[in-house]
Amino acid sequence: MLTDLTLAEAHARLRAGEITAVELTQAHLDRIAALDPQVCAYLIVTGEQALEAAAQADRRRQQGEDAPLLGIPLAIKDVLVTQGVPTTCGSRILEGFIPPYTGTAVQRLFDAGAIMLGKTNTDEFAMGSSTENSGYCTTHNPWDLDRVPGGSSGGSAAAVAGHMALGALGTDTGGSVRQPAAFCGVSALKPSYGRISRYGLIAFASSLDQIGVFGRSVEDMALLMNVIAGHDPQDSTSIDAPVPDYVAALTGDIRGLRVGVPREYFVEGMQPEVEHAVRAAIEQFTALGAEIQEISLPHTSYGLPVYYLISAAEASSNLARFDGVRYGPRESQGAMWPTYKATRGHGFGAEVKRRIMLGTYALSAGYYDAYYLKAQKVRTLVKQDFDRAFESVDVILSPTTPTTAFRIGEKVDDPLQMYLSDVLTLPASLSGIAGVSVPCGFDADGMPIGLQITGAAFGEPTVLRAAHAYQQATDWHRQSPAL
Amino acid sequence: MTIDRQTVEHIAELAKLELTEDEIELFAGQLSAILEYVERLQTVDTDAIAPTASVLPLRNVLRPDEARPSLPRDEALANAADQAEGQFRVEAVLEDV
Repeated sequence: MLTDLTLAEAHARLRAGEITAVELTQAHLDRIAALDPQVCAYLIVTGEQALEAAAQADRRRQQGEDAPLLGIPLAIKDVLVTQGVPTTCGSRILEGFIPPYTGTAVQRLFDAGAIMLGKTNTDEFAMGSSTENSGYCTTHNPWDLDRVPGGSSGGSAAAVAGHMALGALGTDTGGSVRQPAAFCGVSALKPSYGRISRYGLIAFASSLDQIGVFGRSVEDMALLMNVIAGHDPQDSTSIDAPVPDYVAALTGDIRGLRVGVPREYFVEGMQPEVEHAVRAAIEQFTALGAEIQEISLPHTSYGLPVYYLISAAEASSNLARFDGVRYGPRESQGAMWPTYKATRGHGFGAEVKRRIMLGTYALSAGYYDAYYLKAQKVRTLVKQDFDRAFESVDVILSPTTPTTAFRIGEKVDDPLQMYLSDVLTLPASLSGIAGVSVPCGFDADGMPIGLQITGAAFGEPTVLRAAHAYQQATDWHRQSPAL
Repeated sequence: MTIDRQTVEHIAELAKLELTEDEIELFAGQLSAILEYVERLQTVDTDAIAPTASVLPLRNVLRPDEARPSLPRDEALANAADQAEGQFRVEAVLEDV
């Protein structure tokens, strides 16, 4: 089936003229129509536009063009603005919002010939670890429909896992591409902060937000990264540094690679099968010629409290813009302040309100030093742990999550328990460094397990090389759910 | 740190969020639990540590001060709940005097 191809395989067949972009796109739309009523990976499917774009891609190819993603159908997380296509962030407060422009990363995909199949579900404003905080629907894990896909980019992860897209864009603020990738058995990369323009990414926590990619192989992610990475004058935090060829980095050779295994990442309460699978993956790295050493990242356990204070503080400021004036529905109360309060009180869901409240409190008079400033200082210590570690290792291996995907509804009433599913991805986010999750096994219930490979800032080539070499030697990433 | 109902109402006022009675109760308990959890940061010695606001070594990023085309006015207004005379219309800010 055309939907069983990887992005790289599909691209090769398009180039060879063996398949057309219209056939490839139609096959994905058919699969979405058949399966997505159960999975709910997509909030909106843009079938008509997708087929038009596919026909155009086929015409361009007939005329001899060969753009890097010409005719490749992809899914886009619904926190990235797309001109003329509704963008909601999974929130009722943006219901009906039709952006007047397309963000840089998505525009670069379009310029490279990619086709958007639709916009994928997310926890509201990317705040969550399960997509249960979406204002529209909960996405179901393609491996077990009673379980969550992870979050916040759960829709993108489920779309790629369910073969309803060849690849996808997500966003990662504290683990939101790596954690769902682990839960759904696909690969995801959170690039270093500053590597990809955030222009057109609706902000949650500006010092942490970063666009990431999903694929069913590391090679697929490298192909996407080659298109979207790079400086953008529209985002002053995007770094003006040369973009390496990420595909060329996939040499398959990791002999002599210095690999650190942090003792703090094998936490109490971890599912034994997760630890077992990750230890086996570490042995695989040894077999491939890597040099393993135990390391310490002593401030790991502070990552979670630091993250929740800083991200909530930034969110409370960023989300002040949603007031029913410039976009979104307005709940008119006859005067401005009551209208703002009603619009926001009814438009935001519980988790978003909880974080706005926490952030507002942490920034409020009398508490700023004790909470926000303190968290920023401990953030420095978390980052210094990594700076020190990368003096002696090239990459760090760990589990992506302490457990496999949990059941829908299991953690919704206990925010702290939900937050703990991100405990192993948060420190890298706070430090702005690169990290991937790749599949490395299954638990007894058949749920996927993720291996996290973390590298230094702008160390994407090394991280991807390590992940690719692992995939050359294993076939976990080739397993697909029986939907 | 325990967050009581009055504190929840005060924060909600600062954040311009209308909350139901049930939400006020719920958030008082949940925010208390979260603040108790983050309390562990107070045990870390940060006297000599500078805060990290951004991981990037950037300072001010400037561009040439040149006029450029911006979003056309009608497109900027297209998503507004209410508009008049090429502007966003908000409800009364001041009470009648």
